[in-house]
Amino acid sequence: MGPLWVVLAITAVKSLVVIVALLTAFAYMTWLERRLVSRFQVRIGPNRVGPFGLLQPVADGIKLFFKEDFMPSGADRALYFIAPGLAMVTAFTAFAVIPFGPPEVKLWGVPLLQIANPNAGILFILAVSSIGLYGIILGGWSSNSKYPLLGALRSSAQMISYELGVGLTLVSVILLSGTLQLPQIVEQQTLTWFGFLPRWNIFVIPVGPLAFLLFLIGATAETNRAPFDLPESEQELTAGYHTEYGGMKFAAFFVAEYVNLVTASAVAVTLFFGGWDGPFVDQVPLLGVLWFIAKVFAFVFFFIWLRATLPRVRYDQLMDLGWKLLVPLAILNLAITSAIVLIWPSLGGG
Amino acid sequence: MITRSKPVHSAIAFLGTLVSLAGLFLLLYAQFVAILQIVIYAGAILVLFLFVIMLLHARSGEGSVEKLRLQRPLAIVLSLALLAGVSFLFLQAGLSEAPTPAAGMGTAEEVGKTLFDHFILPFEVASVLLLAGILGAVVLSKKESWS
Repeated sequence: MGPLWVVLAITAVKSLVVIVALLTAFAYMTWLERRLVSRFQVRIGPNRVGPFGLLQPVADGIKLFFKEDFMPSGADRALYFIAPGLAMVTAFTAFAVIPFGPPEVKLWGVPLLQIANPNAGILFILAVSSIGLYGIILGGWSSNSKYPLLGALRSSAQMISYELGVGLTLVSVILLSGTLQLPQIVEQQTLTWFGFLPRWNIFVIPVGPLAFLLFLIGATAETNRAPFDLPESEQELTAGYHTEYGGMKFAAFFVAEYVNLVTASAVAVTLFFGGWDGPFVDQVPLLGVLWFIAKVFAFVFFFIWLRATLPRVRYDQLMDLGWKLLVPLAILNLAITSAIVLIWPSLGGG
Repeated sequence: MITRSKPVHSAIAFLGTLVSLAGLFLLLYAQFVAILQIVIYAGAILVLFLFVIMLLHARSGEGSVEKLRLQRPLAIVLSLALLAGVSFLFLQAGLSEAPTPAAGMGTAEEVGKTLFDHFILPFEVASVLLLAGILGAVVLSKKESWS
């Protein structure tokens, strides 16, 4: 590795590139979601601003930027300001440990296609996303209004409940890989079975598919997406925790929500679908980035599809699903995985 | 944390304390413990604190601060004494570079090995204690239906 300032400079540039990419992805995900949901509902959707409505996000951004910056009466001033920032910053931070390309691509010994690789890899994402929860709670509480408070309470109860199931599911993946670090988890999945079938974790029958299913349900609940979008169910709560927010502060919450969705998709891809693994990555390492983006995009599409298809569950159903189905199944899966790894140690990396 | 009059502000200050503590663990090369500190304390325990505070009335606990006489001058004197003590220690010991840790120290693997090897008895005792706590909570909340 080069001198410290070189490492710092490269890290700063990497972070900047990722932030800009995520912001762009956010802008066009709002467009994509509106267009796709319209398609699913046999409508047309925003198609006036630019070709296919492609400039719609720009128009939305300008509109939000020029909106009045107001403060609800009786709001807690400091927390009202901090909350959206907290939500947005943590959403971006979680992406820091995700590898979006092979580690061989280096500049002065610094891997270019991942921002940071801490020893506790996956746990870092859990830690940061749990801090992001404070953005939602504080936003709902500080607005001094009923509906946001209810939305915040629902959201915190939901995220704590599902974090348990997701955490337990992640443990079985960690067992399969024998490491917490995401690049190594991906590296293991680049191997093949019988010479052609990729050894992605989703194909580790029977534990892989079950773990993936549990993770998918948990991630949908944790990102507050339909059918688990109770913290912001319009019919009951107006808009949920950000009802009293407007302009750029509302936009910050919105950014956080979509970036969290991208992160959840990226984690699913990394843990279960081989991350940047794909044909010809051995010859052209940079191709891995394309594979990674394609897989993440597929997941984002899936989440939008899900939203357009499924009705919202009731709150008690949500809690029942989390505690009575997800957690026991995750524990069962963990037990089976442990047994398998004990019997065939070659499967686990440890 | 203890200077705020609103409970929610105190809780957020506590969040700051927890994150700073995680930073101290990081300085000691204990990455795994630092992350766990945030996942468990900030991610679960403090959220439940906030949950309870918010479920109570939004302004509960405010304005109930009892002021001692001479509190302010006493506080100044005591904090100056603390500062003097800490700086005395610093000046005496001098600043030196942190020792480089043994390879692999503070990683998840090392923490796990130590926990299940050296400290297996305290670990199991703690788990029994937690189980007792869970059972106690269940029994307490089920009381009415039994009597």
